[in-house]
Amino acid sequence: MAEEMRIVLRNYGKIDPLKIDDYMAAGGYKSLEKARSMKQTEVIEEVKKSNLRGRGGAGFNAGMKWNFSYQVQSEEKYVVCNADEGEPGTYKDRIIMENDPQSVIEGMAICGYAIGSKKGYIYCRGEYPYVVDTLNQAIAQAKAKGVLGDFDVEVRMGGGAYVCGEESALIESIEGHRGEPRFKPPFPPVIGLWQKPTIVNNVETFANIPIIIEKGGDWYKAIGAPNYPGTKVLTLTGDVNNRTFFEVPTNTTIREVIFGLGGGIAGGKKFKAVQIGGTSGGFIPESNLDTSIDFDSMNSIGAVLGSGAVFVMDESRDIVDVVARIAKFFEHESCGKCSPCREGTKRMHEMMERLNAGEGSAEDVELLGRLGKVMSVACLCGLGQAAPAPVLTTIKNFNADYQAKFN
Amino acid sequence: MANYEDIISKYQDLPGGIIEAYHALQREYSYIPEDAVRVAAEVFGIPTAKAWGVATFYSYFKVGKRGKNVIRICESAPCHVAGAAEVIAALEKELGIKMGDTTPDGKFTLELCECVGQCQATPVITVNSKPYGDMTPEKVAGVLAEYR
Repeated sequence: MAEEMRIVLRNYGKIDPLKIDDYMAAGGYKSLEKARSMKQTEVIEEVKKSNLRGRGGAGFNAGMKWNFSYQVQSEEKYVVCNADEGEPGTYKDRIIMENDPQSVIEGMAICGYAIGSKKGYIYCRGEYPYVVDTLNQAIAQAKAKGVLGDFDVEVRMGGGAYVCGEESALIESIEGHRGEPRFKPPFPPVIGLWQKPTIVNNVETFANIPIIIEKGGDWYKAIGAPNYPGTKVLTLTGDVNNRTFFEVPTNTTIREVIFGLGGGIAGGKKFKAVQIGGTSGGFIPESNLDTSIDFDSMNSIGAVLGSGAVFVMDESRDIVDVVARIAKFFEHESCGKCSPCREGTKRMHEMMERLNAGEGSAEDVELLGRLGKVMSVACLCGLGQAAPAPVLTTIKNFNADYQAKFN
Repeated sequence: MANYEDIISKYQDLPGGIIEAYHALQREYSYIPEDAVRVAAEVFGIPTAKAWGVATFYSYFKVGKRGKNVIRICESAPCHVAGAAEVIAALEKELGIKMGDTTPDGKFTLELCECVGQCQATPVITVNSKPYGDMTPEKVAGVLAEYR
């Protein structure tokens, strides 16, 4: 039986998020103080050693990323917190920021010290104006207490563009432009916001930092799966009894998440599919449920951990209908900068609608497969590269649903 | 016009501040007036085309009139399977307008949107960004009454 383990949400329900004194009484800002007594390279080394990998979906080693920025000689550097969570079915960053905003700010300040930056931005999605208020209050309290020293944090509000979760698009948006991804390299840790070295990390990644500095990288890396240690905050949606959030060690299996913590399928129905990682994640069949949720294990079954969204579908669900809806999402959210994505998401949606209406053919399925493969390698950014995943994985794992549409 | 400039110029010295200025305009008007885009271009010293390009890129912004209360219905996959379509039908029936339209009295606009991050309570709608979860057709009239 899977059990929760709260590291990121260690203060959830225990402190008043709008009282910095509560956070400090729980040990808050001691890690920042400790970090500042260490050498910058020692801080980076500790984060590297923990093997904390980015919680936004890309899974890059956070300490290594920090090191890239640290090594660049620059008067100005930036720390950016990616709070633009837009993956449908995901709300873990909101839970973290609403309940423990100071842990995120402290994590950013530690990063700022480590790389040599005095300015941080939290880019919070436009759909969360109430979270923006919480963050602004938390920042004001931290400044009034003087705990941040010379590190400044400012909140910027997104405009409802999913693509701005991509770090270079997010940077463009902070600069006041259309949120279109940049060509890479150079990568943001070297040339980012206003052409300066910039670390963009997810909310959950930053929330992990204070406790890593407090307890050490060795402590952290012993938790969960060795290739992706620590915990992951998951949000359960769809046909599952407990539609809520859980924080679990990363060696927990999908089956334990859905049937243990999730309480199984609602209404006494049978399991059919689960899509993990948000709307760009692969669809997983019953046969793969004993996979652990860590980054590499998920990749090995052709799926992703992504943002940690767990969208469960019961036996009554029409997979083609759900994927057609998802295809519409990607057509809507494609920024239009590169043609494989702009045209690809449009045609993909068109074909999925045709199939869903019972007007498609086996040829459409074949074409979808080819288009999906092209997009996954030819699109400029992660949006277009991941957009075909729901289509490709359902053609593979739930082909009967497609067949039923034209037989 | 002067009023637009008052709102926008508060963000003039903020690097990349045009997006914050657009948010401020929307808080005031519930949309971005077309003339305000021209004013923003002047204040930030960028071509009007660019100011227009930014304003129309983001789905949270709407250039051109919409109702005082903006109702958005999430149609992302988790809300879709939880019955968003029935809620959409109930909203359209109750207000007598279709998705994307505004009531003749200018009080309500209906819009589809993607995930608003309140997925513990699907399907979700928002009214002026305030979320209402576990929506059913039966709950629609009650929510609207708060804004009528």
